[in-house]
Amino acid sequence: MVDLSTLLALGEARVGFRGRISALDMSRAEGAGLPASELERRLIELGFVEGADVELLHQGLFGGDPIAVRVAATTIALRRREAMAIVVTPR
Amino acid sequence: MNVSVELAPTVALVGNPNCGKTALFNALTGSRQKVANYPGVTVEKKQGRLTTPGGRSIQLLDLPGTYSLRARSPDEEITRDAVLGKLAGETPPDLIICVGDASNLRLALRLALELKHVGRPVVLALNMMDIAKKRGIEVDLAKLAAELALPVVSSVAVRRGGTDALLAELDRLLANLPPVAAADWKAPDAGALRGAQSEADRVLRAAVKMPGIPDVGTTRADAILLHPVAGLAILLAILFVMFQAVFAWAKPAMELISAGFTWLGAFVGSLPLPDLVQSFLKDGLIAGVGSVIVFLPQIVILFFFILLLEDLGYMARAAFLMDKIMGGAGLHGRAFIPLLSSFACAIPGIMATRVIDDRRDRLTTILVAPLMTCSARIPVYTLIISAFIPEREVWGFVGLQGLVMFGLYAAGITGALTVSFVMKRLFWRSTAGEPFMLELPDYKIPQAKSLAMGVWARATAFLKRAGTTILSMMILIWVLASFPQAPEGATDPAINYSLAAMIGHFIEPVTSPLGFNWQINVALIPGMAAREVAVGALGTIYAVNGGAEATQQIGQALAAHWSLGTALALLAWYIFAPQCASTLAVIRRETGGWKWMWVTFGYMLALAYAAALIVYQVAAALGAG
Repeated sequence: MVDLSTLLALGEARVGFRGRISALDMSRAEGAGLPASELERRLIELGFVEGADVELLHQGLFGGDPIAVRVAATTIALRRREAMAIVVTPR
Repeated sequence: MNVSVELAPTVALVGNPNCGKTALFNALTGSRQKVANYPGVTVEKKQGRLTTPGGRSIQLLDLPGTYSLRARSPDEEITRDAVLGKLAGETPPDLIICVGDASNLRLALRLALELKHVGRPVVLALNMMDIAKKRGIEVDLAKLAAELALPVVSSVAVRRGGTDALLAELDRLLANLPPVAAADWKAPDAGALRGAQSEADRVLRAAVKMPGIPDVGTTRADAILLHPVAGLAILLAILFVMFQAVFAWAKPAMELISAGFTWLGAFVGSLPLPDLVQSFLKDGLIAGVGSVIVFLPQIVILFFFILLLEDLGYMARAAFLMDKIMGGAGLHGRAFIPLLSSFACAIPGIMATRVIDDRRDRLTTILVAPLMTCSARIPVYTLIISAFIPEREVWGFVGLQGLVMFGLYAAGITGALTVSFVMKRLFWRSTAGEPFMLELPDYKIPQAKSLAMGVWARATAFLKRAGTTILSMMILIWVLASFPQAPEGATDPAINYSLAAMIGHFIEPVTSPLGFNWQINVALIPGMAAREVAVGALGTIYAVNGGAEATQQIGQALAAHWSLGTALALLAWYIFAPQCASTLAVIRRETGGWKWMWVTFGYMLALAYAAALIVYQVAAALGAG
């Protein structure tokens, strides 16, 4: 199984981070502006599913927010608050 | 038997945002398209006609970009309802073209799988095949079609002949339409979406060979353009050029239009017509239409830049860079460009809010856009400042007049941010913090033809739709300022006998706490047509003849008649007052109803009254009343 000690939320990763999505866990994104079921569906619709490769490409000036994330071959911008729900394993 | 098939069959274009759907729509329909609004909503309805090589006439519908039929915004609701045939008064599509960017197919394939459930035939068009090939992406069309169980064609919207394969496929499919199957689509839950995405990923692996690296040009450009510091600096530089252009480039064209209407007015004035007819044509019709059309050059230039940046793929980056800054005031990152545009004029600014997907974020932006200090306020500000504010320096180096001008701009910005902040907290608390999530598409070189068609569509829409509403308001204001007419042998200016003057006297008890006399009230009525008209109206009322030095003379007349408190209160009034019929008309059109127009009018009027009241009463208490 997955080594829990290496698990990290994408919302707390640094620029340059590369990894793979191991789970979507809505309970980690309590500050998000959406109900859990809606947030989960939106993340999936933008390609954030288990097994997808991610890379954190850019971040904003203030508080490192929002972030630009490469998911497979697509680049998605989102806030760290919502990205907390994306659990990743470094690679 | 499906009757609509016997007429022109309807074909709908559905696809992710940025998949080149609109370019494909333009390539297929050419100039035979029209843009309207769906009734009651703010969503653009784009449809056009085309004739296939097989001689078949088709009604083509360009639906707003979406990732899923599970609608999250009004745009996406339209897409869902149109696809499912649930829109009142609209025929359901006979065929769906799912458009996918061939270089970015992962999310498009999931959408295609979802579209198979709506009970209509679906064809997948892989757009921008040329770009995909150049980047070393190999798509096995036959394999993809077999895995998806859908017909798949490739297309290059921007090249001659690039849509031949798609047109041939349309002919083939429409010749033999199956009976409409019952839709078994229902909003998918997270599990269903996951399943569909992993199926899409499986199909993608089987049929598409991707090079290991992302688009090199985009990666290099983003290293600079999305850099936390350099990126913001470049954004500001782009905006500076953009607004320089809106003001400077538009100026000659605006002067030409203005001169044209002045000439037309003078020409009508020289015709042997009854006074009333002449006044209606000259002051009502020509001056009214002229005061709107004069903004056309600014609108064309502004939309040229907005569409250019959008087609380049930069607009999403601008939203990314500005999100945190705008978010502090409860505004969406994408509200930045429309609000900045409103410094030129709120009308193009409000029209530019179409880039904001979320309905509430868009409404907030529309509602606060008129608080940005538009160019029409400048003549009024200049007049009052030069008449009442002494030309001296404070703190040794800052001109007092310039400082007051800056203060007026700052008050407008502060007002807009405060109103949006309060609105978010007060009215829309339930959805506070709508998340910012959007795709940053790879950069693309914009196509001149597509750009020209976009600007043309916006310009004609502005003239046609805003023109009719604005014109009727102008006529109403002319009637108020012209009837009843001055009696025989009257000595005062004609406007003093009109309905406008009666209203001016009637509301004097309401405005006297602001220090406004009835003459100001009268000037504010034609000032509803356009803010700067109030300057001319004050001239008329105080019987100052027009001419090159008129503004200075009006200033002297005002300084003689008004106290400093009155002048300052009028400035405060002008920061907030909804003194622009054109803006209100555009708000009505863009929000699809009267409600938000009246909300805007009401809150701005309340703010203006409160601001003017405070300013005048404080000034009076300090002895300047």
